Amino acid sequence: MNITIVDYKSGNISSVINSFKEVAQNKVKVQVTSDLKKIKSSDKVVLPGQGSFKSCVDALNKINGLRDTLNNFAINNKKPLLGICVGLQMFADIGYEEKETKGLGWIPGKVSKIDNQNGKFKLPHIGWNQIDILKKSKIFKDIENNSHMYFVHSYEFIPKDKNVILATTDYSSKIVCSVEKENIFGTQFHPEKSDKIGLKIIDNFINL
Amino acid sequence: MLKNRIIPCLDVKNGRVVKGINFVDLKDAGDPVEQAKIYSDGGADEICFLDITASNENRDTIYDVVEKTSKKCFVPLTVGGGVRSVDDINKLLNCGADKVSINTAAVQNSEIVVESSKKFGSQCIVVAIDAKKNGDKWEVFTHGGRNNSRIDALVFAKNMEESGAGELLVTSMDRDGTQVGYDIDLMSKISSRVNIPIIASGGVGNLDHLADGIIKGKANAVLAASIFHYGKYSVKEAKQYLNSKKIPVRL
Repeated sequence: MNITIVDYKSGNISSVINSFKEVAQNKVKVQVTSDLKKIKSSDKVVLPGQGSFKSCVDALNKINGLRDTLNNFAINNKKPLLGICVGLQMFADIGYEEKETKGLGWIPGKVSKIDNQNGKFKLPHIGWNQIDILKKSKIFKDIENNSHMYFVHSYEFIPKDKNVILATTDYSSKIVCSVEKENIFGTQFHPEKSDKIGLKIIDNFINL
Repeated sequence: MLKNRIIPCLDVKNGRVVKGINFVDLKDAGDPVEQAKIYSDGGADEICFLDITASNENRDTIYDVVEKTSKKCFVPLTVGGGVRSVDDINKLLNCGADKVSINTAAVQNSEIVVESSKKFGSQCIVVAIDAKKNGDKWEVFTHGGRNNSRIDALVFAKNMEESGAGELLVTSMDRDGTQVGYDIDLMSKISSRVNIPIIASGGVGNLDHLADGIIKGKANAVLAASIFHYGKYSVKEAKQYLNSKKIPVRL
């Protein structure tokens, strides 16, 4: 099996690479590339994302054919894809960070700024927060409810269909922190920075 | 519920861990990669490397340390000290740092904060403020505490938030290395002034100081070096203590 971490110059992905290599060891091939052919032929794809929604979408669109390739991979061929942080946010139709920007449109919904209740909650939401698992999922296999995960973000994904929500976390409101739609998975938190429990989620994705 | 973070800090010089008293009298005490791994295994919420004398010396050793550490530690890694340019930030992030803290360069020109937060995202840009009390205000120091910029720390903190910093690491120069506790007044004033998280630093000598930093200083995270480094307390003991004081921590 081989897993591709999509390198579309979306900022710092070293931690994602390190964590996948740590979990995969020699059992699974982990490649980091934006090469369309390699993405097409991989078994699973990881879509990281750091920075703003707009900067990530722009970076994705800059690579000729990448959007279509990912679309084919996830939507037409229904192969497993994991979006992390802004990688998850890009599943949405639209994001409002910096300026209104169209997302991938895989899961209907929008990405808006977390309501900080007039400064009562500091943003970014940085640190370890507990996740409330609402639905059973293969990527949460052996993950206890209320486990701590590492978050760092100021925007949240609000999907139209609440059935896609796997887990929420409490920060000013119930923030969607994990989604699943058929073969598409996403975490708002960073499993690659969430210690052993985060690596377990990566392991679960690898073993899907 | 979001937990308060406990961040052990490792001061690194020429690729080795040191911890000074008031920035002088450095003692060599260990391999940073190994130390970081011990901390992350022990429940540290984040690990901080400060390349303390980097402004004056060859600092390539830190890249190697960061690269090795990031392959072994799967909690956030913040690296600072001697970061002068957007290119330096890029290099550290590529080596596996999750956040980079900027001190002198941010004081000299806030454009580095504006530019880097746009390029890499605010989430990885920490501005480190070294502040020293002067009368009824605090002044920002640069170059590892050697130069006084005369800039008011509270004004500077707000300016850095507006420039795009994702977090502020606030060190009291008066307290650093003294083990008498954080400068609570400084921490709470800055924390109330800005809407981004602040990390309190400088002066921790016991576990009550950590609790004070969070409750009285309104810090979102507390950083300490000596108490952990010389084995006075483990990170786990610190967390259990804070938990017993009803302070939310990740156990």
